[in-house]
Amino acid sequence: MQAHSSRDDARGQNQDGPSLESCRVQLDVFEGPLDLLLYLIRKEEIDIYDIPIARVTGQYLRYLEMMKVLNLSFAGEFLAMAATLLYIKSWMLLPPEERTEEVEEPVEDPRAELVRQLLEYRQFKEVADDLEEKESLHYRTFQRHDTSAPPLEMVERPLCDVGIFDLLTAFSEVLDRAGKREGFHEVLEEDITVPDQMDLILRRLREQKELIFHLLFPKEAGCTMIIATFLALLELIRMKKVIAVQERPFAEIKILAR
Amino acid sequence: MTPRGMNLDTAKIKTVAEALLFVSEKPLKVSEIIKVLSDSSSVSPYAVVAALEELKVEYIQSQRSFRLVEIAGGYQLRTVPDMAPYISKFLAGEERIRLSRPALETLAITAYRQPIARSQIESIRGVDVGGILKMLQERGLVKIVGRTDAPGRPFLYGTTTLFLEHFGLNSLADLPRAEELAVGKPQEEKSPPEGQA
Repeated sequence: MQAHSSRDDARGQNQDGPSLESCRVQLDVFEGPLDLLLYLIRKEEIDIYDIPIARVTGQYLRYLEMMKVLNLSFAGEFLAMAATLLYIKSWMLLPPEERTEEVEEPVEDPRAELVRQLLEYRQFKEVADDLEEKESLHYRTFQRHDTSAPPLEMVERPLCDVGIFDLLTAFSEVLDRAGKREGFHEVLEEDITVPDQMDLILRRLREQKELIFHLLFPKEAGCTMIIATFLALLELIRMKKVIAVQERPFAEIKILAR
Repeated sequence: MTPRGMNLDTAKIKTVAEALLFVSEKPLKVSEIIKVLSDSSSVSPYAVVAALEELKVEYIQSQRSFRLVEIAGGYQLRTVPDMAPYISKFLAGEERIRLSRPALETLAITAYRQPIARSQIESIRGVDVGGILKMLQERGLVKIVGRTDAPGRPFLYGTTTLFLEHFGLNSLADLPRAEELAVGKPQEEKSPPEGQA
C-alpha cells in the first residue's frame, strides 16, 4: 500500500504538465506475453493444441503496437515472444520438404514448446482464479479484532475484473470506429490533456453511477482525444479512483467510481 | 468413560474454549487451549477438538451471526458472509488489500511449487516478477525459505502463515486442486507431463 501511495505522490507532480506527452510514460503493464497469448486464445476461442500461428501473431503484434502507441511500459519479453511467433509462423509457411532439408532428423512442431508453456501457466491462472474466489469469500467474514473492511465493490458487486488486454481491445474498437470516419485527420485538438480528461471522467462519475466504456469517447473524437481519454482512464484505474468491471468475460466494460 | 463425567468435562472445555476464542487475536490452536486447561487436569486433544466441533454446530443451530472456522491450523470466530455489507459500512479503517491478478498468479505459483526460486516463477509467468515478489514479501504473504545451490545461490521462496489466513485456508493441503498440482512435493519429483496429460 505504501509503495503505491508514494508512487502516487510522485505522479502527482508530473501531472501538472499540461501536454499529453508528459503523461505518457509511467503506466506499467504487469502482464507478460504469455498472458496476452492466453487472452487471445480465450477471446478468439482458439484450440490451444492447434494454434493458428499466422492469425495469433497478427493479433499479438496489433496489441504490441497499441501498447507502443500508448507508450505503456511493458516487459522486453513481449518483443522476444514476437520474434518467436514470427519464427514459428515462417517455419510453418515452409513446405514440409524444405523443413526437413534444413534439419536432418525429424523436427518437433515448433509450437510444442510454446503450447507446453501456455498450458502450465494456464493451470496456475486457473488456480489463481480459485484463490481469488477464496480471498473474496474470506473477505466477507470478519473476526473480532478486524478494523478494516474490504473494498465495497467486493461486498456489493461481485463482478468480473477487467484486465489491461480487455481495455486494449475496447480501445482498439474505439480507434477503428474513429478511423472509419472521414475528415478524421483534420480535427484540431491541440488543447486536450490527460489530466483534463481525468477530471472529466471523475466529474461525469459524480453525476452517473456508472459509465459505459464506449460512451467515454464522443462520436466526433479524434485520435488525440481518444488516446488522452484512454490514458486518463488507465491512470484513474491505477490510482484506484475508478474501477473497470464486466458482467462476464468479454462483455461490455463499465467504469465505476471508487 | 462415564457419560456424566464426560459431559461435564466437555461443557467445561467448551466454555473455556469459547472464552479464549472470544479474546484471541489470532487463530487459536488446540495446543493453546490444552495448555490453559491442563493446570487443573489433563485434557486430550480429542476432547478439545470434540468440544470445538460441538461449538461449531451450536453456532449454526442457534443461527448466530458468527461461525467457528478453521484457519491456518487454528480456530477462529468469524462473522457470516451475509453480514459483510453491514460490517463494511461500520468499519471505517483503511481498506483491506485486494491482490491484483499478476500478484495472485505469482502467489499461486509460489504456493504450489515452494520452495521456488524467482527465476523459476519467471519462467512460468514469462515475465519479471521481482517487483511483485518484493511486494508480496512486504505484505508478509511470501518469505525467503532458503537458497539454491545454483551459481549465485539465489533465494528460494515459500508462503507464510499469513498467506493461509489471507485466503482463509487451514493448510496448504486446502489449496484448490492441491493433489493434482502436487503441492509440497520437491521440484525434482515433478518431471514434465508424461503421456497422460
